[in-house]
Amino acid sequence: MEFSFEFARSILPTLLQGAVITVIATFGGFAGALVGGGILSVFLRSNIAPLRIFAIGYIYCIRNTPLLVQLYLVFYVLPDMGITISALGCGILGLSLHYSTFFSEVYRAGIASVSRGQFEAADALGLHTTKKWMLVIGPQAIKPILPVLGNYLVGMFKETPLLAAITVVELFGKAQNIAGQTYRYNEPYLMVALIFLIISVPCSFVIRKLETNGNRH
Amino acid sequence: MTISIAAQSMVVAIALAFVTGMARRSSSRIIRQVALVYVELFRGTSLLVQLFVLYFVLPIYGIRLPAEVAAILGLGLNQGAYGSEIVRSAIDNISTGQIEAARALSLPRIITFWKIILPQAVIIMLPSFGNLAIETVKATALVSLITIPELTFFGKSLIYSTGQTFLVWASVVIAYLAINTPLNLLVLWAERKAGHYREASRGV
Repeated sequence: MEFSFEFARSILPTLLQGAVITVIATFGGFAGALVGGGILSVFLRSNIAPLRIFAIGYIYCIRNTPLLVQLYLVFYVLPDMGITISALGCGILGLSLHYSTFFSEVYRAGIASVSRGQFEAADALGLHTTKKWMLVIGPQAIKPILPVLGNYLVGMFKETPLLAAITVVELFGKAQNIAGQTYRYNEPYLMVALIFLIISVPCSFVIRKLETNGNRH
Repeated sequence: MTISIAAQSMVVAIALAFVTGMARRSSSRIIRQVALVYVELFRGTSLLVQLFVLYFVLPIYGIRLPAEVAAILGLGLNQGAYGSEIVRSAIDNISTGQIEAARALSLPRIITFWKIILPQAVIIMLPSFGNLAIETVKATALVSLITIPELTFFGKSLIYSTGQTFLVWASVVIAYLAINTPLNLLVLWAERKAGHYREASRGV
């Protein structure tokens, strides 16, 4: 069975519908992870030992187990506990839970890049904790972490095909459906690979440019 | 199954990482470009898509890989692309003074590379390769989707037969932690080693 451009073109609209779900899942997961990562880094810096231990244990468990298993956990275990959310919701929750551990690390590195003198100066001016973080540390920490977060956004985009395993019909799920119905495997899967490349390669080039620019300053 | 597939694909990945990482710094433009295309291709698409292309699409073109070979090749190619960046950045990290010193001693290029650059670069690479190994163990979960019965696959089928959702997934999680914890300790050890080495070289 040769690659048929005719067929490839005919399935493109269906695949693009799936791509919309992929994009929703990516940005949903990204937003969730931004918040989750923030909560984790507050826990890690907190004076209350149980919070710190929880955060460390959580990060350890998430980092050392596959995302697929975490998605299955969310998808199969939540209903048992009486919580029902849609498959897409489970996917976004799973991505958020997974990536928040990485984001907390990114935040930590960003904060560490702000020189100690800035902390001391803010303390010397008697700034309140909120003001110190919002006005002094935050704006300086955010600059180096932006390209890193961009990299993670591309990374999350590439991980979304896993959501097909928990019945979310995103880009890859659509391709699987088409392959299952028509017994044509090459067009759907190669098209998916192509769509991923078209989106993620330019993005990584832009981020790399940002990174080199960021380093110059 | 998880461990055996992870170990075999790690061997493929490390071999590819070294070849590609060095190719990226080659003086020939074509070799550099080929390596770059490989790296971008495998880092730019999803591992799951790559596995499906290897397992479902290649047979259409007459290349029929057994599921296990497709899994090892897919993981190896994917992680190798990431690994090549580790090799490249480690080699870039060797101070130019070392290379200049070798040139001043009029050492041939090959000897400079084998005796001076590589031994120093490998120490820098160790912790990153440890992390890559952990990533590979986690990535093996995906091969359950191309019908290979590894840990995640057994977890899923156990749920269908027992209905004990939470218990089964908790055990799967613990099994992954049991595999990755020693690897994690190894990474910590390698990081300490690399740190010592870096301080020592700075102190001279």
